[in-house]
Amino acid sequence: MSTTAQEQPVSHEHHHGAPSGLKRWIFTTNHKDIGSLYLLFSLLMFLTGGAMAMVIRAELFQPGMQLVDPHFFNQMTTVHGLIMVFGAVMPAFTGLANWMIPMMIGAPDMALPRMNNWSFWILPFAFAILLASLFMEGGGPAFGWTFYAPLSTTYSNDNTALFVFAVHIMGVSSIMGAINVIVTIVNMRAPGMTWMKLPLFVWTWLITAFLLIAVMPVLAGAVTMVLTDKYFGTSFFDAAGGGDPVMFQHIFWFFGHPEVYIMILPAFGIISTIVPTFSRKKLFGYASMVYATSSIALLSFVVWAHHMFTTGMPLAGELFFMYATMLISVPTGVKVFNWVATMWRGAISFEIPMMFAIAFIVLFTLGGFSGLMLAITPADFQYHDTYFVVAHFHYVLVTGAVFSIMAAAYYWLPKWTGNMYSETLAQWHFWLSLVSVNVLFFPMHFVGLAGMPRRIPDYALQFADFNAIISIGGFAFGLSQLLFVAVVFKCIAGGKPADSKVWDGAEGLEWQVASPAPYHTFSTPPKVD
Amino acid sequence: MHTALLQKLVLTVLGMFAFAFALVPLYDVFCDITGLNGKVDLVVAQKSEGVDASREVEVSFTTHAKSTTPFKVKALQYSVSVQPGKLSEVKFLAQNTSDSARIMQAIPSVSPGQAAKYLHKLACFCFDQQPMAANASLEFTLRFYVDTELPKDVQELTLSYTLYDITESVTAGNIEQTPQVLTQPFISVMSPIVRGPQNG
Amino acid sequence: MNLANLKLFNIFVPLLASFSAVASDYNMRQGVTDVSNEVYQLHMTIFLICCVIGAIVFSVMFWALIHHRKSKGAEPAQFHESTKVEIVWTAIPFLILVVMAIPATKTLIAMEDTSKSDLTIKVTGSQWKWHYEYMGHDVDFFSVLSTPKDQIDNLQAKDEHYLLEVDKPLVIPTDRKVRFLLTSDDVIHSWWVPDFAVKKDANPGFINEAWTRVNEQGIYRGQCAELCGKDHGFMPVVVDARSPEDFDIWLAEAKQAKAKALQAEAASVGVTLSKDELMATGEKVYMAYCAACHQPTGLGLPGVFPAMKGSAVVNGELKAHIDILVNGRPGTAMQAFGKQLTLTEIAGVITYKRNSWGNDTQEVVQPGQIQAFIDGTKEKE
Repeated sequence: MSTTAQEQPVSHEHHHGAPSGLKRWIFTTNHKDIGSLYLLFSLLMFLTGGAMAMVIRAELFQPGMQLVDPHFFNQMTTVHGLIMVFGAVMPAFTGLANWMIPMMIGAPDMALPRMNNWSFWILPFAFAILLASLFMEGGGPAFGWTFYAPLSTTYSNDNTALFVFAVHIMGVSSIMGAINVIVTIVNMRAPGMTWMKLPLFVWTWLITAFLLIAVMPVLAGAVTMVLTDKYFGTSFFDAAGGGDPVMFQHIFWFFGHPEVYIMILPAFGIISTIVPTFSRKKLFGYASMVYATSSIALLSFVVWAHHMFTTGMPLAGELFFMYATMLISVPTGVKVFNWVATMWRGAISFEIPMMFAIAFIVLFTLGGFSGLMLAITPADFQYHDTYFVVAHFHYVLVTGAVFSIMAAAYYWLPKWTGNMYSETLAQWHFWLSLVSVNVLFFPMHFVGLAGMPRRIPDYALQFADFNAIISIGGFAFGLSQLLFVAVVFKCIAGGKPADSKVWDGAEGLEWQVASPAPYHTFSTPPKVD
Repeated sequence: MHTALLQKLVLTVLGMFAFAFALVPLYDVFCDITGLNGKVDLVVAQKSEGVDASREVEVSFTTHAKSTTPFKVKALQYSVSVQPGKLSEVKFLAQNTSDSARIMQAIPSVSPGQAAKYLHKLACFCFDQQPMAANASLEFTLRFYVDTELPKDVQELTLSYTLYDITESVTAGNIEQTPQVLTQPFISVMSPIVRGPQNG
Repeated sequence: MNLANLKLFNIFVPLLASFSAVASDYNMRQGVTDVSNEVYQLHMTIFLICCVIGAIVFSVMFWALIHHRKSKGAEPAQFHESTKVEIVWTAIPFLILVVMAIPATKTLIAMEDTSKSDLTIKVTGSQWKWHYEYMGHDVDFFSVLSTPKDQIDNLQAKDEHYLLEVDKPLVIPTDRKVRFLLTSDDVIHSWWVPDFAVKKDANPGFINEAWTRVNEQGIYRGQCAELCGKDHGFMPVVVDARSPEDFDIWLAEAKQAKAKALQAEAASVGVTLSKDELMATGEKVYMAYCAACHQPTGLGLPGVFPAMKGSAVVNGELKAHIDILVNGRPGTAMQAFGKQLTLTEIAGVITYKRNSWGNDTQEVVQPGQIQAFIDGTKEKE
């Protein structure tokens, strides 16, 4: 962004500054501009989805109905989920991919720059449609982000078409983004950048992109079936016409489980970049990291039904999905062990990106543990659809995916803006987030085990104390994120100028270009040895 | 330089979109094999070849209709004890409680699910759409046998019918009108696409 | 985070020591069936395994964070791979998983027991209540949340069992294998009683089954676990487990009560009630059965549930109004109340709707008129 403000010394022949004004952003095909757009958009969506979480937590602060009616509460849980998944986490990773992948592999830009522009610019429309439906008669989607039929078909309101359309656009956007990433990585690596020299962030994103093009079309298929069932008289999910509502869940989770890994694999890449930098030591087990990531991705296609043990599955099915799910913890464990081994006998320092990375390792592992518990089918019958599950996936997605995005933002902000972020603000942001996120999500394990179902607007009295604590944690975590907004905008506006190699232990091509990164980088490919 | 790869990727995307729809028939095959949801083939069974006189299995019947569905169907016996392989008959009394002619479709489901593929029906009102005149009462006969291969640990099973009023869907053309006896699994595989929901 | 782990340990260790069936506010219930006990043991085992692994891994990590700091002058080592180590830490978790999978598989097989049961109960979910039918015994009833609306709206102090209480609980015998057949009228619901470790989805169009054998008498409470629309949080499950003898007595009484209710229905046909009586009954019924969707204000939820105030049906021809109440409206969330409510209740609620929120038809509907409507549709045969 601030690349406009500072003209870079011309080191290559093509270099010129960015065009100015609104048109620059609308018509841009520059990977850095588009990366910034993605990141800012995801920040906006993170705050929007967060505001909805605040509504949810405010209603759940005490037993009894206080602020909203149950129908609106359901809209909030649904849209909160959709926005955080499709609006906050996924675009943030795409933004990071746009900014960093070309620079990391020594390419001048993404392979398909015009498509890149499109894949971003359709997103705001998707979310505008989704959010607008909240204000229409009947309200927005209220059937959970998983939109199980027939609640989303026969028993939903007429605005469901808007939901379907919005999801289609989000899907198209991520598919285009994924195609772009694959083509860029496969075709545009600098000479000498062999597969096993790729930075791990690039590797994990490549695998993620393949997951995206494999499963986003399946999601598109699922919403299309919901659309035709509701409006055009088919009955994919209606027993009366020979369909089956349980089939919806199979199709949805065939998409949904790989989707979970879509939101965590790039995070693994980020942590694998940051930990070696601040340990001043090479990543331990690079090759095994690549294999572990690939096997996680492959296994993610054969575990979907662990989300639906209670739907009534044959014993053999339950056993298969239990074993397969437990198996995933092996490569995931390998990753954690590798990070710890990287830190072992390093020369560790605790800059903010590293703090977030350490918090990620501990808290994500915690989410992994509850995931392992959930894999045990007989116990899952008790955990399923309770706050234990809510705790599990928020540990994985908030202290996992979101913390990794924060870590990445702090890590690369100086490279993007040319300025160091405010250390004081960043420290406050980190520590407040760390404490409040645990006050928010940790007690959810307890209420879940004690029997509180998820997605309820009101609860029995024995859950009251913990819910009050959870809500306080929620408000604190929500407010803490405003500090992050302050850090980002302050850093864009100015600050201590950053060197081209911001972190002394950092490795990779992105640190060979100036800070802020010039508008065009690597117009002539660098030599990699 | 990028075209070849781009083409492959776009084809993959289209292929996966098609795959989502291919999951529909695949799912039915999967159900047939595993008995998921107690789904039963809408197929006329062949007669059994042997009888296992060493054990008896209790087969019970239940029907289910939404409060708004104008049909009542009740088995004259709540349950029967049968030897695997032996042919049995159960009569059902069906009523259309509304003032207009209606078409009924019964959807069978067997519990426990793993028993579904061992319950063979030779005659069942669920094979066809059942047109019923206003306020009419009809008697249906279910002829079935339990396979001798039924796992020994399944000692009782329930055959449930969910009743649907598909009159509107048939008139709207979402469902094929000609009642047909389905003789091949292929047709049941296609069913979610050719048929329609009960509320058009 | 280590702190949180420690805290967890401190909470669980005393519990582990005393393997008593404490109804815990922060851990899974041990429950009152053999299966639920096994599930609880599995839960505690896997939990402890996770704690141990976590303690080891994080100890190593924090050791490194403390001792291998740059500020302490640590020099980075050069190693960055070791196939041996990689194999070891792939193999060990794998073996732990195998050890864990064995008891889990055993429990799962026990849960899928399909031997003969002593009693079969059909459980039907609908928006937002449960219906129980004792198969082969001709007893069936709806079970609806009994927490008063005023408690939910914070106008009244909340009872001990706030939101976990129903008008008629499911009664089952202890020490008998009770089999549940689950299905649904509309969307997917999930029937859950934590103390039995039974949670099974009720899928429309299909049946599912679950079973339990309860060891202790008592009242056990659970909830619908699958999001099923607006009042998903307001459809509890309450099970009253009694000794087999008491259960038999209860079942016999229930059959008699059903016969009596039929007589009372027949008697109510001839009765003429005053408008005030009907309005009072009607208001009660409306709040219990109708207000969830159509709202206490009669305004409905625009675009979702129609308003009663100024409604064409409510202010129009009486017969159409009775029809929609008795037979419901297919394809919408409007259920048929003909079999859920008594004639007097239907008459009352219709009277109430036609004379409230500014609806001013002045009509008073008697139970006999409802019966006449039902007979009328049958007579045409």
